Amino acid sequence: MYALVDGNNFYVSCERVFRPSLVGRPVVVLSNNDGCAIARSNEAKALGVRMGHPWFECRQLEEQHGLVALSANFALYGDMSDRMMAVAASYAPRQEIYSIDESFLDFSGVRGDLVAQCREMRTRILDWAGIPCGVGLGPTKTLAKLANHIAKTAERKPGSYPKELAQVCHLGAMQTSELEALMAATEVGEVWGVGPRIGFQLVNAGVKTVLDLARLDPVAVRRRFSVVLEKTVRELQGTPCIELDDAPAPKQQIMCSRSFGHPITRGFDLATAVTEFTSRVAEKLRAQESAAGALVVFIRTSPFRPDDPQYSGSTTVPLIRPTADTSELVASALAGLRRIYRKGFRYAKAGVMLIEFQPRGRVQCELDLGTETGIPDEGVAATRDKSKLMAAVDSVNRRYGRGSLILASAGLEGAQRPWSMKQERRTPNYTTVWSEMPIVRA
Amino acid sequence: MYSILATRLQSRLPVPVSQANPASVHRLPSTIQAGFPSPAEDHASERVDLSKTLIKHPLATYQMMVRGASMRDAGIDDGDVVLVDRAVKASHGHVVVAVVDGDFTVKRLWKRGSNVKLQAANPTFPDIVPKDGQTIEVWGVVTYTIKSMPK
Repeated sequence: MYALVDGNNFYVSCERVFRPSLVGRPVVVLSNNDGCAIARSNEAKALGVRMGHPWFECRQLEEQHGLVALSANFALYGDMSDRMMAVAASYAPRQEIYSIDESFLDFSGVRGDLVAQCREMRTRILDWAGIPCGVGLGPTKTLAKLANHIAKTAERKPGSYPKELAQVCHLGAMQTSELEALMAATEVGEVWGVGPRIGFQLVNAGVKTVLDLARLDPVAVRRRFSVVLEKTVRELQGTPCIELDDAPAPKQQIMCSRSFGHPITRGFDLATAVTEFTSRVAEKLRAQESAAGALVVFIRTSPFRPDDPQYSGSTTVPLIRPTADTSELVASALAGLRRIYRKGFRYAKAGVMLIEFQPRGRVQCELDLGTETGIPDEGVAATRDKSKLMAAVDSVNRRYGRGSLILASAGLEGAQRPWSMKQERRTPNYTTVWSEMPIVRA
Repeated sequence: MYSILATRLQSRLPVPVSQANPASVHRLPSTIQAGFPSPAEDHASERVDLSKTLIKHPLATYQMMVRGASMRDAGIDDGDVVLVDRAVKASHGHVVVAVVDGDFTVKRLWKRGSNVKLQAANPTFPDIVPKDGQTIEVWGVVTYTIKSMPK
């Protein structure tokens, strides 16, 4: 039996733990650069704020209805997620962390009343981390996800589903007739893996509810749609097709791209941004013990400023040897940047993507004709290996905080980083920075 | 010069005689025990780790900075840091962090039957008694106070 545990309005819930005055008020959390709403409290949803709603379109609600908007505080959300996931992990033998606020649990081999155990887990997460969760149980991951949707909707919209299914819903422990009634009451678009496009096609074909989809013949679905949707149908019928993924495979590409807080014109400022982004991806690359064989750099102006002259440039830079060395990667990224940079544009975004990964330690060397003897100089190769230096840099940054040791070309805070994210409404890093802890009145 | 020598040695390439350093003897600033093994060896244990000792539930523990003098007689002063454990169930007599009108306050919990109030530990501060319909929400239980000693 699988469970899906999911924090309700997760980012808003994290903020409310440390600012209890926000409880009961409409709250949204804004994306990077305070662009649009990426999390909404139930009160904000009731005011009509949509997911991805641009802030400039809903900011009038601030005065009219007391809507509170906060900049995303990912250091806080990361720590609260970690606490929530660790509590959930103690209830089942296996866990797959699916996103910052969702994890699948595999209860195989666990005896007893799973609903009671999940209620206890939910209470413990609420007590310890302050995060309200919904828990869905089912014999497949797709059914667990559907059960989670029912558990959360039953709580948020009384009357939508039977109220005893609120907070914790177990689709694997009910009569067929009861399960079918729930499926018939749920739109097909709510099924995990059915995106808006497939959902639209299904509705046009007369498949409107989850029950309609579950009653289709999987073989016919494969022929008409895809193997992916066939798996979804089989999972809805109770046959597990999607395994728990508790050890995700190393990524095959790693990217860091950000919109700037303000438009950038100078090449120097783009260089500090590209250095910073490359340093971030290099650190992630080392964490998964890979080396990159090439990288892609891109810069572009803002398509949302139609009056500005538009330009976007992108280039792939192959590396002589696959590497995870920040200084080599940055040197290559900056070489790429010089190739694509054009003067006279207002740049709004840049990004760096590492590609062509190899496991570290398995390196294809080049035919090096650069030495006098024609024999590759191993002394030079040895000084090229900076993996120990990189490991030291990573551990310093882990211990003393990100950005403690940086390449000089990333620029220092403030004037040299005009591209820094706009985060005018960010709350303190309550749990991850000693000097920013919450204040309690005595 | 030395680094070239080191990389050469590492890569097992021949070292030219002219580069060899005749005085490559290091004196180590420590002693080597030739006689008896340490009698403590079989009793090896880890040094006390304060965060493990003081924080029983790391997933449920948070730190907060105290501002104000209302808990003076309980040994909690302005500028102290309190460790707050949300896994401990609050009961009568616990020093707690409570939410009053949307703000955090640290007080002693007084609880008898269905009567609940928050007591200050300083005679100049009144107790907080919930008015009709108002509830006292306990956020967590204070388990330790950390004080910095002024010189």
